[in-house]
Amino acid sequence: MHAMATPPPIATDLRPLDTGVHPFDTAAARHLLSRAGFGGTPTQIDVLAAQGIDRSVALLVNFESQPEKSVSPDDFDRNVMPPLTREEREQLNAARRARDESAVERLERKENQAKANDRRQLIELKKWWIARMIETARPLEEKMTLFWHGHFATGARTIEDSWHMFQQNQLFRTYATGNFGMLVLNVIRDPAMIKYLDNDKSRKGRPNENLARELLELFILGEGSGYTEEDIKAGARALTGYTFEDDEFEFRDGNHDRGAKTIFGKQGNWTGDEFARLALAKAECSEFIAAKLYRFFVNDTPAADISAEQRDARDAFITALATELRAQQYEIKPVLIKLFSSAHFYHLSNRAATIKSPAQLIVQTVRQYGTPPRQLSALAGACDLMGQDLFQPPNVKGWDGGRTWINTSTLFVRQNVAIYLLTGKRPDVYDWENDETRFDPAPLLAGATTPDAIVDRLISVSLAAPPHPERRVALVSFLESQAQARATEHSRAVAAIALITALPEYQLA
Amino acid sequence: MTDINAYSRRVFIRQGALLASFAATLPHFIQQSAFGMLAPDGSTLGSRPGVPDERILVVVQLSGGNDGLNTVIPYGQAEYHNARPGISIGEPGKPKNGGAALQLDQANGIGLHPNLTGFKELHDAGSLCVVAGVGYPNPNRSHFASMDIWQSGRPEGKGTGWLGRYVDASCNGNPAADMAVAVGRTAPLAMTGAKSTPIAFESADLFRWLGADKNGAMDKEYQAMVRAGSLPGVEPGSQESFLMRTALDAQLTSDRIRAAVSKKPLVAYPGSALAKQLQTVAAMIRDGMKTRVYYVSMGGFDTHANQTGGHANLMRQLGDAILAFQKDLAAQGNDGRVMTMCFSEFGRRVRQNASNGTDHGTAGPMFLIGAGVQPGLQGKYPSLTDLDGGDLKFTTDFRGVYQEVLGKWMKADTQSVLGGEYAVPGLVRA
Repeated sequence: MHAMATPPPIATDLRPLDTGVHPFDTAAARHLLSRAGFGGTPTQIDVLAAQGIDRSVALLVNFESQPEKSVSPDDFDRNVMPPLTREEREQLNAARRARDESAVERLERKENQAKANDRRQLIELKKWWIARMIETARPLEEKMTLFWHGHFATGARTIEDSWHMFQQNQLFRTYATGNFGMLVLNVIRDPAMIKYLDNDKSRKGRPNENLARELLELFILGEGSGYTEEDIKAGARALTGYTFEDDEFEFRDGNHDRGAKTIFGKQGNWTGDEFARLALAKAECSEFIAAKLYRFFVNDTPAADISAEQRDARDAFITALATELRAQQYEIKPVLIKLFSSAHFYHLSNRAATIKSPAQLIVQTVRQYGTPPRQLSALAGACDLMGQDLFQPPNVKGWDGGRTWINTSTLFVRQNVAIYLLTGKRPDVYDWENDETRFDPAPLLAGATTPDAIVDRLISVSLAAPPHPERRVALVSFLESQAQARATEHSRAVAAIALITALPEYQLA
Repeated sequence: MTDINAYSRRVFIRQGALLASFAATLPHFIQQSAFGMLAPDGSTLGSRPGVPDERILVVVQLSGGNDGLNTVIPYGQAEYHNARPGISIGEPGKPKNGGAALQLDQANGIGLHPNLTGFKELHDAGSLCVVAGVGYPNPNRSHFASMDIWQSGRPEGKGTGWLGRYVDASCNGNPAADMAVAVGRTAPLAMTGAKSTPIAFESADLFRWLGADKNGAMDKEYQAMVRAGSLPGVEPGSQESFLMRTALDAQLTSDRIRAAVSKKPLVAYPGSALAKQLQTVAAMIRDGMKTRVYYVSMGGFDTHANQTGGHANLMRQLGDAILAFQKDLAAQGNDGRVMTMCFSEFGRRVRQNASNGTDHGTAGPMFLIGAGVQPGLQGKYPSLTDLDGGDLKFTTDFRGVYQEVLGKWMKADTQSVLGGEYAVPGLVRA
């Protein structure tokens, strides 16, 4: 342990990184690209470091300047779940009344076939999204889409319409770094969300509280924060009539409760939009969203496991972020620019301080090493095995993230999916196919040839922070013994990378 | 390129002006053993009969919606045969559509599927309880939705799993990492609590790092890296320390499970996938693992067309696998402390469809197996004439069965798990 006078203090506000004191070096550039995106190759990181913090942050956040990967909605079938026609519905009811089992069966068969097609399309959707995360030139766009998917969690299994899940995914992408308030107003019009939280069943006189409750508890204010049960009940009445027909939002005037409601102590004939706006106007909203962004982008170490000084700095920074959200009227983009430019974000205590989500683990491994992407269906399956089944969060609360990603079962899958990406080796019972495409690590090594140089290079490419010195010693001695055993340069490099991806530290971003 | 001192600097910074304290190098579970839940060396404590602490529950999930009417067969009722002319099974001794039921309850004309000879043997030995007509209000005919209802133990089918909540509440809220083991592709919702997740693996051989399969030279390095646990100088409570300790936990659990499963079983098992899963479970029980809840599953029950042959195969696999499992447990001397419970997400419609199959229905039978069960047919067999839109009306709420099993067998506080009172007396002998 090297004696140091005093550690640099952790900034408690949004002040920008003073690059005169703390240069925006490759480690800082790597940190930015891992958090605001899915990491990248050493060359990409060098480019960011060379062009400086302001241009790098702008490049990532103002991603509209980057070419967009085509959305090609034509790849998906919007009519994958055709509702029964009026005629068919009548036939079905008549057949049921007449106990005409063969007619019932014929009509139900059509529905079952549609459900099977829908499940197939959902798998295509998962593959499409993972491919997009791997290939996009706008990584923050996809990362925020993933953030909103976890925030406004909606499960495909309940929806039973993969087109609606696709529509919702596009909504999150459209508002990725847009205005949070506008996003909320679109979410209460989103067919997938309306179905998921039963608002299609909510009508005047018989309001369903599900959407109103989750709007306050999980989407806008946070559990137990600034609202009462009465606000939920009134909000549910305000949201009556918000439903959908086929693929589009529909406001059914006849089902809407126009009566007076008291929400947060204010009386009016509030609509669902007004209910959402009243919630968005509360300060609790900014604190809630700021804390969630912080955990996602800056540090997800449990509060109990950090020092008091860090905890105080964290709380103060989140408050500053919340203030900024209000000042920007919930425009996410300028807030993210401040966050990614801040001294707090780059503080060493916030490096290697978040645990990679399963999607991040997969996408970052491909992007930083340049491995072949292998079978996308295998990657989608691995995501599920690691606890992040895309389009199917475990519940309306979304994924808890952080340390909840890690347990004895998911850790092995995390290590093994890296082996799959590096070597193409199929873990036998996962239904992944062996993939013979060769991964070439040579570009990563940048001419390094000695074990010391190779290990230093691979560590800087692979890990979010320098590892314990013992790790380096072990990896160097492994490479030396491999050289003595006359292993090829290729196999030595791949083996060293495989060992690094198996390190517990590899799970950190 | 890498600053050798950078590591120490970062650690130093996180700890403020203090020196890095001596690291917690122990894996999590050794710490947990301080609560008396697990012997750190994994030593076998053996069976202590009558001590609830040692009791085990094995859940067998039959996915796809098992045709309950052709599993526990009301052969004595004309309505059964009339509704299913192409697939109904005959009374004992009088085969029909290729089979004759095995006698279960002669007085009421109810038998078991002809291929459930394993269950029949267990029944005759007094270790099979058949619970008739299990379901829940407002039945959902979607596989996923209904499975979520069964697995969450809640009619809305949302939230944590019922066994997960049981594990969460055990051991004063500090459940050991290996309290729950699922042999299957993913952790079932049933075992996922607010705090706990089960250990889940499809086969024990996959529950490990596979990197060395490609290059054996890596194994030594890998083992050294993960078995080190949290390294000296790593700050306890840090993300690194958490990950290092979980990696060590995983490796030790993997060692333990693979060692257990590598032993030859005491009895012969059939070749079915379910039998292999149960063989794995029996091996873990025999090895003295402290796991209280195991979960296995078997698919293929979605029999919409020409079901007679396919369903008969499923019945054969189910009965034979569970019989072999029970014999193994008996040979181990562990049969007194294990109860097995079988369920499916729904039964099927009373009337067959036009393709000699059956469509999604409602209530169905459950099975409890073990020395602790109240043997025989329990509960009320649903009426075949008083139907709800062509479907059986359930007679026993599934949460009542959960309550019996958790409360009487596992001696748990069921209120906190089930959030209500659903007692169905007379399934478990305590």
